[in-house]
Amino acid sequence: MSTAPQEEISAGRGEPLVVLDGVNKWFGDLHVLQDINLTVNRGEVVVVIGPSGSGKSTLCRAINRLETIDRGTITLDGKPLPQEGKELANLRAEVGMVFQSFNLFAHKTIRENVTLGPIKVRKVAKATAEAKAAELLDRVGIGHQADKYPAQLSGGQQQRVAIARALAMEPKVMLFDEPTSALDPEMIKEVLDVMVDLAEQGMTMVVVTHEMGFARTAADRVLFMADGAVVEENTPEEFFTNPQSERAKDFLGKILKH
Amino acid sequence: MNVVLDNAGDIALAFIYTLSLFVVAGVLSLIFGALLAAARVGPVAVLRKAAAVYVTLIRNTPLLIVIIFFRFAGPKIGLTFSFVDIRVADIRLNNLYAACAVGLVVYTSSFVCEALRSGINAVPLGQAEAARAIGLPFGGVMSQVIMPQAMRHALPPLASVQIALLKNTTVCGALGVFEAFARMRGLTNDFASARTEIFLAFALIFVVLVEVLSFVAYRLERRWRIV
Repeated sequence: MSTAPQEEISAGRGEPLVVLDGVNKWFGDLHVLQDINLTVNRGEVVVVIGPSGSGKSTLCRAINRLETIDRGTITLDGKPLPQEGKELANLRAEVGMVFQSFNLFAHKTIRENVTLGPIKVRKVAKATAEAKAAELLDRVGIGHQADKYPAQLSGGQQQRVAIARALAMEPKVMLFDEPTSALDPEMIKEVLDVMVDLAEQGMTMVVVTHEMGFARTAADRVLFMADGAVVEENTPEEFFTNPQSERAKDFLGKILKH
Repeated sequence: MNVVLDNAGDIALAFIYTLSLFVVAGVLSLIFGALLAAARVGPVAVLRKAAAVYVTLIRNTPLLIVIIFFRFAGPKIGLTFSFVDIRVADIRLNNLYAACAVGLVVYTSSFVCEALRSGINAVPLGQAEAARAIGLPFGGVMSQVIMPQAMRHALPPLASVQIALLKNTTVCGALGVFEAFARMRGLTNDFASARTEIFLAFALIFVVLVEVLSFVAYRLERRWRIV
């Protein structure tokens, strides 16, 4: 593991925003997160890759406490994650989350999906929330479909709405949990394009993905996980061209051959 | 047939009692049942247990016993409902009516709770996660995202529960509310030779009322269908 380039990146960016310190989690006997230490700085894009079952999704979900952790601490903007209740809800409002299966609210229109959080959580006036939603939906290219229901949209469109829904909360950090894994190949690009734009605009992002192309173009740092531990951490350039660990070499060998 | 027509006014009045019991108990059981269901899937362990005990206890008790409890045992422990005394034209809603209505609400809520819980279970977990992820607290997750979808999934069993409630109101006829069943018993006593007609007339009215209810449920199902 080489740490020098990573410190350079960190130095060039803003303050630490998400800090995981000694995070451990077990599912029964399975040690799914093993001593994870991670600092995500403001404006940084961290891509987490690794084989299935390596704990990368669990790590991502732990950051907004959709998964609880058994040991260690996670802080957001200097504040530790609250246990439950109102405090936790407030924290989650600050963290945008995009899921593999989109999870748009099936009974609400696209517009309502995007305005629900601002109206109910942020107490923004309906008209203001709708204007903002229209702007965000335009930005992700769904502006003309605001009155439709999620099931009437393609997977790629749904995922772009899900990104708009998260952005509507003006989050400090966006978490992406395999956002393109449930999409047809041709739809993957439209979602990745939105994510690349977002990264270029300086959004702090933690992205769990199998899209190596995205990692190369948009990531500031790549985190390689296997068997619940962070095995390697580096710039994408270094990681893809010169992986240090056998595990990473093996993994890249398998996926880059196709 | 004459007997039925001659007493049409009384029969209509009786069915107004029946329908008022149904509407009052129906609305309150939906509200209370939804709260119970929320408690059963909520984050507070004590509430989860309490709601489960409630459902187990009440759902396993015959309706007649539940209503008799509020009608006869209730007053002994201070539940007299004497504050209820509403008169609208010929309709009088008194403490007996209230005791019966409460019995129906208590009983039906346990079934509403379970019907809704089956609906809640049918809502994908990701919906709740997405709702939590945008910062909604438990109440908001339930009211904005889970319950509206659970209601749609639970509509067929909920309709059955409400239909059963409409017919269950007849139990109150045995306990002092002059609703359809009590009126039918009165008429069959007074006009013994016309019993068949009287039975058929009351049965027919119930069939029509339930059919209306089924139709409403069906329309709601169509309208609320998630596209």
